[in-house]
Amino acid sequence: MKHRLFWPVATLVMLILINTIARSQFASITVRDGRLYGALIDILRQSAPLMLVSLGMTIVIATRGIDLSVGAVMAVSGAVALTIIDGSTDPNNVGVVMLAVVVALVISLLLGVWNGFLVSLLGIQPIIATLVLMLAGRGVALLITEGFITTVNSTPFEFISTGYLLLPFAFFIWVAAAAVVGLTERRSALGVLTEAVGINPEASRLAGVRSRGIIWSAYAASAVLAGIAGIIYASNIKAADANAAGQFIELYAILAVVLGGTSLMGGKFSLAGTVVGVLIIQTLESTMLFLGVPSAESPVFFAVVVVVVVVIQSPRLHRVARDFVRSARARRAAEPSLDAEVVG
Amino acid sequence: MRSQGVRKRQFLGLITVLAVALAACGGGSSSDTTAGGEGAATTAGESAGELVTVGFAQTGSESGWRSANTESMKTAFSEENGFELIFNAADNDPAAQIAAVRGFINQGVDAIVIAPIVEDGWEDVLQEAADAEIPVILEDRTVTAPEDLYATWVGLDFKREGVYAGEWAAETFGDTPTKMVVLEGTTGSAPANDRAEGFDEATAETAIEKIDSQTGDFTRDGGKTVMEGFLTKYGVDGIDLVYAHNDDMALGAIEAIEAAGGVPGEDIQIVSIDAVHDGMQALIDGKINYIVECNPLLGELAAGFVNSVLAGEEVEKRNYVEDQTFTQEQAEEALPDRLY
Repeated sequence: MKHRLFWPVATLVMLILINTIARSQFASITVRDGRLYGALIDILRQSAPLMLVSLGMTIVIATRGIDLSVGAVMAVSGAVALTIIDGSTDPNNVGVVMLAVVVALVISLLLGVWNGFLVSLLGIQPIIATLVLMLAGRGVALLITEGFITTVNSTPFEFISTGYLLLPFAFFIWVAAAAVVGLTERRSALGVLTEAVGINPEASRLAGVRSRGIIWSAYAASAVLAGIAGIIYASNIKAADANAAGQFIELYAILAVVLGGTSLMGGKFSLAGTVVGVLIIQTLESTMLFLGVPSAESPVFFAVVVVVVVVIQSPRLHRVARDFVRSARARRAAEPSLDAEVVG
Repeated sequence: MRSQGVRKRQFLGLITVLAVALAACGGGSSSDTTAGGEGAATTAGESAGELVTVGFAQTGSESGWRSANTESMKTAFSEENGFELIFNAADNDPAAQIAAVRGFINQGVDAIVIAPIVEDGWEDVLQEAADAEIPVILEDRTVTAPEDLYATWVGLDFKREGVYAGEWAAETFGDTPTKMVVLEGTTGSAPANDRAEGFDEATAETAIEKIDSQTGDFTRDGGKTVMEGFLTKYGVDGIDLVYAHNDDMALGAIEAIEAAGGVPGEDIQIVSIDAVHDGMQALIDGKINYIVECNPLLGELAAGFVNSVLAGEEVEKRNYVEDQTFTQEQAEEALPDRLY
């Protein structure tokens, strides 16, 4: 009936409207030193880690899997990068920062390959396979940082999350990531094959789809994206906080994917939907701050809004509502006196 | 900070409880063998010298504060000081911690030190320790179990930390109308509740107005995100003072203020609690204005109490450690000598 992104986008617009009505400066964007500032710009910047993780999660969920280890991968990636920069003699050297980022991403990739190995080759249930790394990964990150929060002062590293090119640099990172993932999936047959694997792994295998490789690469991609997210997180606070980095992000990522209209049953997926889903979550976080919802009540507030959004999007509710409207019309049509008004 | 693990890891905990339950079943036989060989081990220990065997059940390693606390305990309970320390970090899993304490009882240690992860559920295992005549010393957080089940408690007074921070604010701002925002610790945690209460009491009579308050979960990222929200809401000029329940959130707030074009410590003053290394450095750099210490170096005191209790001396049930406060000048003097 309508475009499937209608409800997610409508929700996002509604949230922004509510905020703007409550406090007009929510929508205001100011220019200072050639940079744009404002609550909406903050949302675009702050959503970077969740966005990257959610894009990866979308692909994994499309293969009928799930990746619980993304938060732990974030922690490891940040810890590796900062330990390298911290140990170097010249933290402000761009080369050192590049090396640190590359090493962190390679290690993230290896973690993803491990997940993929457990799921695609050994056939372990994804929720269990990635749980292993979810629990162990954070411990590894803590070992790397020796239980302390490693802090660095490195201008090039800070630029990743806090730098500006008119708009926040972190925003460009996630737009680029979304574009790369989108083009790879949708401009080639990969997206269709991923959906085929998710809808029926056995049938697609028999049809000649190399489902093992597709599943494996989905976990690898998810881990690399989580690795980038970990670097952005660490860059934002100039520190590797192995305990807090990416905590519970896997759950928010799953939520973002679902809000964007992708089914947890696998198969059809919508990357654009996930992008909108992440922006909804991030806007909702800002909303709680802007409306001044007390800390103790904010989880309830968050939950209520999420439930309302999910219910509004439910196709079954739409069907019930349609039937109701139709039967009401039919009843009124039976009463000629009201007929003209209703139809008019 | 140290209490955040309890709430934030509930989901993780739920899963690890299963793993621990399995591990506990598997470990049952091994602890039996330990108990069987216990007599021999104890005799060997006694003949080797008068080392006092102490089991220490730590919460985990969730923060810089906790790491410093662990180091302090390991130093105080060293062999040079006449102790043999059996260390266990439970990774913030209450069930694993209770299992660890039970392990200490089975091993027949001379004394047990616990940094409880949660307050509740300690009655049974403390009773077992009492039955085995092993004294228990609690450090840091407390328990709800009856006082006669443990020998003593040593820790910090979170409310007084809040009062100290509030007293500084009252002295600095007094009758000047001041707009303050608060970065709260993890919602519902004891340090967050008590530090808020103490501060509010100390500033009740002043012109300091709390315009907003949100949780930053004791993390840098949380502090930064919440502060960014406050800054877009009120602007740099609309906020005069930030009260952060720990240094990490204050460090996040500094980042946010600088990104918004303000000067932390001048345009917006900052008071926080903890005095970890990075926080003290920011204080020296003039980005934080005042820090109340939350001293993690409880090892010496705990060791002292273990010795007193084993010698049969009477000790107070509750022992508060005096916290220091630091201005920018005092921080500069103190930082080189600090151990954490």
